[in-house]
Amino acid sequence: MSGRRGGDRPPAHRRWLSAHGRACFEALGRLWRQPLASLLSTAVLGITLALPTALHVLISNLGAVGSDWQHGARITVFVRDDVADAALGEWAAALRSRPDVHRVETLTRAQALAEFKAYSGLGEAVAMLPDNPLPATLIVTPATGLGTAGVEDLRLALEKQEATEEVLLDMQWLERLSALLRLLEQTVGLFALTLAAAVLVIVGNTIRLDVAARREEIEVMKLIGAPDRFIQRPFLYSGFWHGLIGGLLALVLVGVALLLLQTPVERLASSYGSDFTLTGPGAPAVLAVLLGGCTLGLLGAWGAVLRQLRTVEPA
Amino acid sequence: MVAGAQPMIHMEQLCHSYPGSGEVLSHIDFTLQRGEMAFLTGPSGAGKSTLLKLIACLDRADQGQLLVGGVNLRTLPRRRVAAFRQRIGIVFQSFSLLSDRRVFDNVAMPLVIRGLYPGDIARRVRAALDAVDLLRAERAFPLTLSGGEQQRVAIARAIVAKPELLLADEPTGNLDPALSAEIMHLFRRFNEVGVSVLIASHQLDLVRRMPCREIALEQGRIAAPAPASP
Repeated sequence: MSGRRGGDRPPAHRRWLSAHGRACFEALGRLWRQPLASLLSTAVLGITLALPTALHVLISNLGAVGSDWQHGARITVFVRDDVADAALGEWAAALRSRPDVHRVETLTRAQALAEFKAYSGLGEAVAMLPDNPLPATLIVTPATGLGTAGVEDLRLALEKQEATEEVLLDMQWLERLSALLRLLEQTVGLFALTLAAAVLVIVGNTIRLDVAARREEIEVMKLIGAPDRFIQRPFLYSGFWHGLIGGLLALVLVGVALLLLQTPVERLASSYGSDFTLTGPGAPAVLAVLLGGCTLGLLGAWGAVLRQLRTVEPA
Repeated sequence: MVAGAQPMIHMEQLCHSYPGSGEVLSHIDFTLQRGEMAFLTGPSGAGKSTLLKLIACLDRADQGQLLVGGVNLRTLPRRRVAAFRQRIGIVFQSFSLLSDRRVFDNVAMPLVIRGLYPGDIARRVRAALDAVDLLRAERAFPLTLSGGEQQRVAIARAIVAKPELLLADEPTGNLDPALSAEIMHLFRRFNEVGVSVLIASHQLDLVRRMPCREIALEQGRIAAPAPASP
């Protein structure tokens, strides 16, 4: 065999791959053979990882709600009384050509009065007035994706126009929502760090108990010349599998929660005239949860196994 | 290990003590030639096990020189200890077998650690089990075997990687006289094919039936002159 030219051992890279493959499946086999203990520890990990994942999904969805409402933000421009209807139409046409404007509706003074008469129920009282008290109005819808700052710039630009009497834009609640989302994002970051530390502790403790349970085996392995890396490897893979399965479980939990909440949220959104639907974590977040779980599992196992192996004799 | 005329084990003025229990080994001078088989004898507490531990690098001597196969164990870096241990075979009184693994897997362990081809592992494990007459038990779990059989599995594990040196600490301590003699003859057979063997035993009647050098330890010192075998 060509692979045997170097003697009775495979080449170093094949030995390395073989040793990792063996340790990887041995660790998985141990999890499989202890279903209850494995289920408990991975369930704790899954719940721990599900909390920041769920918060991330919540923030993403709140962001989408904010963005949706921001797209629906309208700037109401009350026009001075001395501006003629023709000039109003020219102004509206000029505004429509702006890139930061999505739509412009015009409401002449006469139209405004007619609407008021029709919907206020005060038609007779209004008819008694000597003059039309209502101003002409432009209702400006900002372009999609303009953002809070862009909408504010557009408002200022409209305010500076000579024909403008007053501009109304209630952005305060959007700014508050935006600030709240930023605060939540930072809180989730801190929360995630704390829970990452918890995952390290959980995996570390699981591996510590595993090392203690297999102390005799480790002693024998050391006696017959197993290097530390050979002994450590299955424990590290055990941490890896715990993290991966915990991550998968976290995603399943978040997915189930989204499924349960989808209908009530859609019902609520539709009552506000929105077609908003909940969205899941997305591919980058899914990848982050799985990779994060694996990495934390490996790190937790590594810390625990290094510490524990030092206590096993012989050195 | 360095092959050639170097002795398998060479120690000079070797001393060792444990915290709180004073000197366990005191100024030991001893040489085991390559291919030689010898017995370390003496009562319990004489220092036999400690000496074997030092030779297997399971512990480090406090003073003196200790060369095993040309390797200076007093200066051997920690990261090289595992590789050194792979070159010797060790047999313990308590067998030190893994009860949750089959006989085959127990014997295969030193070869798995070395990363041999699976086919070679199977071939060599079966050869080792055949040498101790336990091929039929390869799929059994250790605890289903008798004491003598378990010790033979431990010996198969010790010799499967073809060590140059075989160390045994009271290998017959848990066995009846007939089984003990059988195990000693097994060691003798491995010695006859060139493996250096050093056995610690307090069973003098058994030791003296073997045509081998005896090094008697008493309170951590060599009690009688211990000339190397010719």
